[in-house]
Amino acid sequence: MSQKVLLNATEIQIALHRLACQLIENHINFEHTVLVGLQPRGVYLAERIKALLVDEYGIKDVPLGYLDITFFRDDFRRSEKPLEANRTQIDFIVEGKKVVFIDDVLFTGRSIRSALTAIQSFGRPEEIELLVLIDRRFSRHLPIQPDYRGRQVDAINGEKVLVRWEEKDGEDAVYLVEQ
Amino acid sequence: MKELSVSHLLGIKYLTTEDIELIFETADHFKEVINRPIKKVPSLRDITIANLFFENSTRTRLSFELAEKRLSADVVNFSAASSSVKKGETLIDTVNNILAMKVDMVVMRHPNPGAAIFLSKHVNARIVNAGDGAHEHPTQALLDAYSIRESLGSVAGKKVAIVGDILHSRVALSNIFALKKLGAEVKLCGPKTLIPKHIESLGVSYEPSLEKTIQWCDAVNMLRVQNERMSMSYFPTTREYAQQYGLTLDHLKALDKQIIVMHPGPINRGVEITSAVADHPQAIILDQVQNGVAIRMAVIYLLAAKIK
Repeated sequence: MSQKVLLNATEIQIALHRLACQLIENHINFEHTVLVGLQPRGVYLAERIKALLVDEYGIKDVPLGYLDITFFRDDFRRSEKPLEANRTQIDFIVEGKKVVFIDDVLFTGRSIRSALTAIQSFGRPEEIELLVLIDRRFSRHLPIQPDYRGRQVDAINGEKVLVRWEEKDGEDAVYLVEQ
Repeated sequence: MKELSVSHLLGIKYLTTEDIELIFETADHFKEVINRPIKKVPSLRDITIANLFFENSTRTRLSFELAEKRLSADVVNFSAASSSVKKGETLIDTVNNILAMKVDMVVMRHPNPGAAIFLSKHVNARIVNAGDGAHEHPTQALLDAYSIRESLGSVAGKKVAIVGDILHSRVALSNIFALKKLGAEVKLCGPKTLIPKHIESLGVSYEPSLEKTIQWCDAVNMLRVQNERMSMSYFPTTREYAQQYGLTLDHLKALDKQIIVMHPGPINRGVEITSAVADHPQAIILDQVQNGVAIRMAVIYLLAAKIK
């Protein structure tokens, strides 16, 4: 198994700042916008983005929730691995809001499809956008594209994109791993 | 993670401690789901479940049906009163006829102990025991233990008393298995005539006095006297039973601690528990009912995950 660094800590930091600025461009003061990090790996990115918006760019407050899509997946009973659920925490109404889904890697698009269904349990959003750190091109199973992307990556099927976060894994880095 | 070690839920006796903990963790997620504005997830949309009730039930049946519907399963209901059982059909024939219509899971309540186990050996579907005679009622025990965990933080090390008609109670037996597996201490209380012989062999103790029992415990589970299962007199009168074993507000006030009061329902107000206690803040009877839906969703979800 060999691995190659796609993004190092500095490059991730630059990408995060750019993503935060692009969000501000479209949402100005975030009055009608909520951020939703997708469990399990999207929550770290979502927390980073929120911290940047509040601390660096003076946005007053952005509601941030966590959405678990386990019970909405389309591979229940089809996947070899049992599905393990995570905590959902959405303490606000998404009715009429602009929702930004945040996830670390966009691959087949199936998680996002599940998230689109899952979020409906919390109301009818005015619109939904998607922000990802890594967009794996050429691997989509569904017609889903990100609105904001940190880096586009061409990876073949045998390869895996691994995003590591300081708070969870001890370093900020993105690797391309050959299996 | 994490899969159940069993393919059917026949009784708590057959579950491991890890199974019970997995069911609790899964139920935590479903409890969050059923408190959403839209209380439904699509996981089981290609699963059909038959609820077979050969014995009366309101709460359990409703709770199972809600749990199934909130998982998006297709549900068919059957009650013995309006069926061909009255025309002489055997249990296996009845169930095989239902399975021929492509049903994946059967939730069954039956007056005979062992009915669920018998069925699991003879038909090709997942079986969930919703009560078999005086044997087991596993989902009730799971939701009771889950409610204790929710109210007291954990089950391990807690002292739980089960009071009343232990002899005819499937809830008591399943509760004893569940609580012991989770590391709680269990004491039984009630008229000696309603305590099964040799029950100590399950690792529980017996105390005839209700006052001493509630002094000892952190949580008390008050069971109903099951007159419908009694073929003879086990105590002189209902009034005398209520005086000795009915939980009153004075009992709770006399304690220097706050215990939680549980009841699996249906309550006979004024017999095993007074109205004042049933409606008291320390009574978590309605929390138990809410947790019942989450627990049953977890059980059905985890069993369905094993249908390939």
